[in-house]
Amino acid sequence: MSVNIIKLKIDGVEVTVPEGTAILKAAKDSGIIIPTLCNLEGLTAYGGCRLCLVEVSGTPKLFPACSTPVGPNMEITTQSDKLKEYRKMAVQMLLAERTHICSVCVADDHCELQAMANQLGVDHVMFERNWSQDEIDSTHDFLVIDRNRCILCTRCIRVCDQIEGVHTLDLKLRGKDSQVIMDLDEHWGNSCSCTSCRKCAKVCPVGAIYIEGEPIEHTKKRDIAEFIVERRNRR
Amino acid sequence: MTMNAKVRVATVWLSGCSGCHMSFLDQDERLVDLAKKITLVHSPIVDVKEFPENVDVTLIEGAVANEEQLEMLKKVRARTKILISLGDCAVTGNVTALRNSWRHSDQAVLERAYKDPADLNAAIPTAVPKLLIHARPLHEIVKVDFFIPGCPPHADLINYVLTELLAGRTPVMEGRSKYG
Repeated sequence: MSVNIIKLKIDGVEVTVPEGTAILKAAKDSGIIIPTLCNLEGLTAYGGCRLCLVEVSGTPKLFPACSTPVGPNMEITTQSDKLKEYRKMAVQMLLAERTHICSVCVADDHCELQAMANQLGVDHVMFERNWSQDEIDSTHDFLVIDRNRCILCTRCIRVCDQIEGVHTLDLKLRGKDSQVIMDLDEHWGNSCSCTSCRKCAKVCPVGAIYIEGEPIEHTKKRDIAEFIVERRNRR
Repeated sequence: MTMNAKVRVATVWLSGCSGCHMSFLDQDERLVDLAKKITLVHSPIVDVKEFPENVDVTLIEGAVANEEQLEMLKKVRARTKILISLGDCAVTGNVTALRNSWRHSDQAVLERAYKDPADLNAAIPTAVPKLLIHARPLHEIVKVDFFIPGCPPHADLINYVLTELLAGRTPVMEGRSKYG
């Protein structure tokens, strides 16, 4: 099977990649890092966090780099004042949407949302915050979910489905009301499909899913999906 | 800010734990240099009751949680050239805003504090300023010029911002501050 190799430009640098490669991957392979929160190597693209938006010449529309395939002769801009403003806005919207209080969060200093805010220079949230009051589910033996800290990146859902192959986790409702649920909206302790593999806690970018009593830096292993996929391919 | 006259600086303590003021004092020997350039015209550590007019820089610690603080913040803004949110409670609401997740959190928090734990004569005090429904960060109410996040913010960061402002430069927070 022959794969078409196409040429394009990312931030002025000429890049050649196989047709169908996502912009994010093409950029990464040539050393250009585009910020993301929902994307995780080893899992399918989701395009939910809107941080990886890039400009493509010839169109005023912005495209999510994680789920947009490259095209021949595309000219892509990954860093500009406009993109930075949008990215800052996206981070602030995520912070405003639910109750994120870093100083009382298990993930303080080990949080990808917080790190992204720092990276982009977000030092305050310009939107009025929505103080969510969602139930914390600690019915599982050791896994806990605090939905007030969830940014709906769906990494946990994808890792449960695509790597563990169980699909215990899914999403209910829509928009800002969306919630990560277990089985048919059971308490986690009552879930009959959960294998307690911990992968959801390992990939969660924030402090929404964590292991009771374990320091978050021990739990987090965000390259787990990439590692497993790579080993499977080798086999 | 002229070179001869000392810069008039104030600090204000709203709903916070005073940790940010501790961090301010943690500038240690640098306070001596600072004292040569500034006059502290109002602060919890200065015995001045009324917030003065014509203040150059005011650092405010804490979120706005009651009506008295709301009035105070508006007064400070009107009398200050450069207003700085000092620390996470002022910047995000932080711990002070934990109550915000309760519906009617002003009432809920009073009942939790004064009624639930009381064995007899349970009563909510009335001779104190009325709580706002939500504890709010400063910039939701007035214009804030600079933000110094942190719980508490690092003394080096506070010193950096003040030093830059005193030198007539604009502090660049990107890459220096930590959210939350």
